Amino acid sequence: MITGKTIAMNVEKKQSSIAFVIGASSVGTLIEWYDFYIFGMLATILSKQFFPAEAGTAALLSTLAIFAAGFIVRPFGALVFGRLGDLIGRKHTFLLTLVIMGGSTFAIGLVPGFKTIGWAAPILVLILRLLQGLALGGEYGGAATYVAEHAPKGQRGFWTSWIQTTATLGLFLALGVIILIRSNQGLEKFSAEWGGWRYPFWISIILVGVSVLIRMRMSESPMFSKLKSEGKTSTNPLKESFGNKANFKMVLLALFGAVMGQGVVWYTGQFYAQTFLETVCNIEFVQSRNIMLVAILMATPFFVIFGWLSDKIGRKWIMLIGMLLAVCTYRPIYKEFIAITAANNRTKVIDHRLTKTGPLMPLVDAKDKHKMYVRQVLDTTYMDGSVFKYTITDTLVGFKELGVDRPINLMNPTLIKYHSPKPNIVIEKTMGTSATWDLIWLVFIQILYVTMVYGPIAAFLVEMFPTKIRYTSMSLPYHIGNGVFGGLVPFLGTLIVEFTKTKQNPAGDPLAGLWYPIGVATICLVIGAVYLTNKMDKNVMD
Amino acid sequence: MNRIKKLLGIVWMLLAPAIICFLIYEAFVKIGIAKPAEKANTILQWSIILIIFTPISIGLFMFGRFALNNEYAHLPESSDELKDE
Repeated sequence: MITGKTIAMNVEKKQSSIAFVIGASSVGTLIEWYDFYIFGMLATILSKQFFPAEAGTAALLSTLAIFAAGFIVRPFGALVFGRLGDLIGRKHTFLLTLVIMGGSTFAIGLVPGFKTIGWAAPILVLILRLLQGLALGGEYGGAATYVAEHAPKGQRGFWTSWIQTTATLGLFLALGVIILIRSNQGLEKFSAEWGGWRYPFWISIILVGVSVLIRMRMSESPMFSKLKSEGKTSTNPLKESFGNKANFKMVLLALFGAVMGQGVVWYTGQFYAQTFLETVCNIEFVQSRNIMLVAILMATPFFVIFGWLSDKIGRKWIMLIGMLLAVCTYRPIYKEFIAITAANNRTKVIDHRLTKTGPLMPLVDAKDKHKMYVRQVLDTTYMDGSVFKYTITDTLVGFKELGVDRPINLMNPTLIKYHSPKPNIVIEKTMGTSATWDLIWLVFIQILYVTMVYGPIAAFLVEMFPTKIRYTSMSLPYHIGNGVFGGLVPFLGTLIVEFTKTKQNPAGDPLAGLWYPIGVATICLVIGAVYLTNKMDKNVMD
Repeated sequence: MNRIKKLLGIVWMLLAPAIICFLIYEAFVKIGIAKPAEKANTILQWSIILIIFTPISIGLFMFGRFALNNEYAHLPESSDELKDE
């Protein structure tokens, strides 16, 4: 006899089972994102260790590692593993992607530098980075499909949104681990050949090991198992996904009407914002990362909130409103970034004891003994607690060889052949509490847009395609939208700023780079609004 | 609404070759002004961008053509509607 107690127990069992599915899938995906991000975040050190500029061709390998991993290998990974996932099953496929990702990340941390093993170093790192891109291309589609196929009816948006948090939490974890290690080591120790930068790569193997053990305990997706037992799985998922016109039309619609805009909003909020704070606003290294960390932490619950909301009101308009808000507010937000961090908007502390002026430091060029750099550091403190550090470097070229032991002689203009007309000034700003919070809120708003476009998208994509070719069909548009359109935000943003540089304005318009994400999101918004439907597919079993 | 969908199809069909032309033009300009030491690297960067954006633009063109032919007037509501055409 079925009693109320039995029903309650069954519901509880079902809930704990779906919670395990979400937990196990999410942890693995989070670790894959962590692995992928640490390479990008440590790019400056990695390029010195493995791709030294003076080695010429190493720069080509570096470009391949950065560009090819994101733009070519990720979509290719989506095809390879998507096909595999639709042929042999979701569970084994995304277990494989996790092992490949974890193994290659750990191995990057073991490769000796260019100084020790020469050309073998950049070649090995390039191969491992390409493997990372391949694995990432296969992971997301598998995890999203797996979770969606386990989710109870009417809750697909809510449960898959947990998977959506992993990309942001992976970024959070990567930032946190790097800052933790970096703050316990000096820059020199951290950047040395076997320095602290390798630890985040080594830590990965522990995370992946735990995640593999958890994933091994998981069972295959019930929908895929049903198809398999009935002998209805696809024999050629690539052909059925992209060779079948009816399905291919939906792949194109998913890409141009949803994922393309989502990708640029995602990359602008989480990467372009940080780059802009560092390079245009000149915010200090650790502070700019802390701003991102706090904003990410505050915004992350909204992935789940918008995922849940999408089950109630539909996916389409939440995503499109996110894009619309991004299109309308990006320029004012970035304008505000500049205003908050500008020197002319704040009052200098009058007390000169708080304003430090360092001594003039003469440095003779190691290669050219006629050349000398005279460097001075000035700290300007402001009423709101902000401190702007100016490092002014002047280049002097003498008629005769110069020496640091007689810098006073340099003041004699007859000894100097050349004096740089405009000294190079590097500014590093540490913002006061109030300004820091203003910046955090502005980044938070952008990540809120990310949660709107990204929270419901897994459920949206899953519902677009049939079970037997779902992994393949949803993975490709997702990785083109994010890897290509999103991944190009920094490159094309910088390129557009270049267009605006003139003789009168050599720095160009710093806000011009935003036209790329604004343009792509606008096209996507129009396509999405006109061609997409807000109906949810209640039956994803077919 | 279907009329707007069809008309916009022409826009997407025109946008696709415009993107490719713009990227090819930019590639030539950027490669042309690159310093000799950076030339090979710039060629590589732009080659990757062109390789990846050509099929995407072809996809946009096809999307526009489907839209022009009113093939997005009705979106499938079950997998049966996605069977081979």
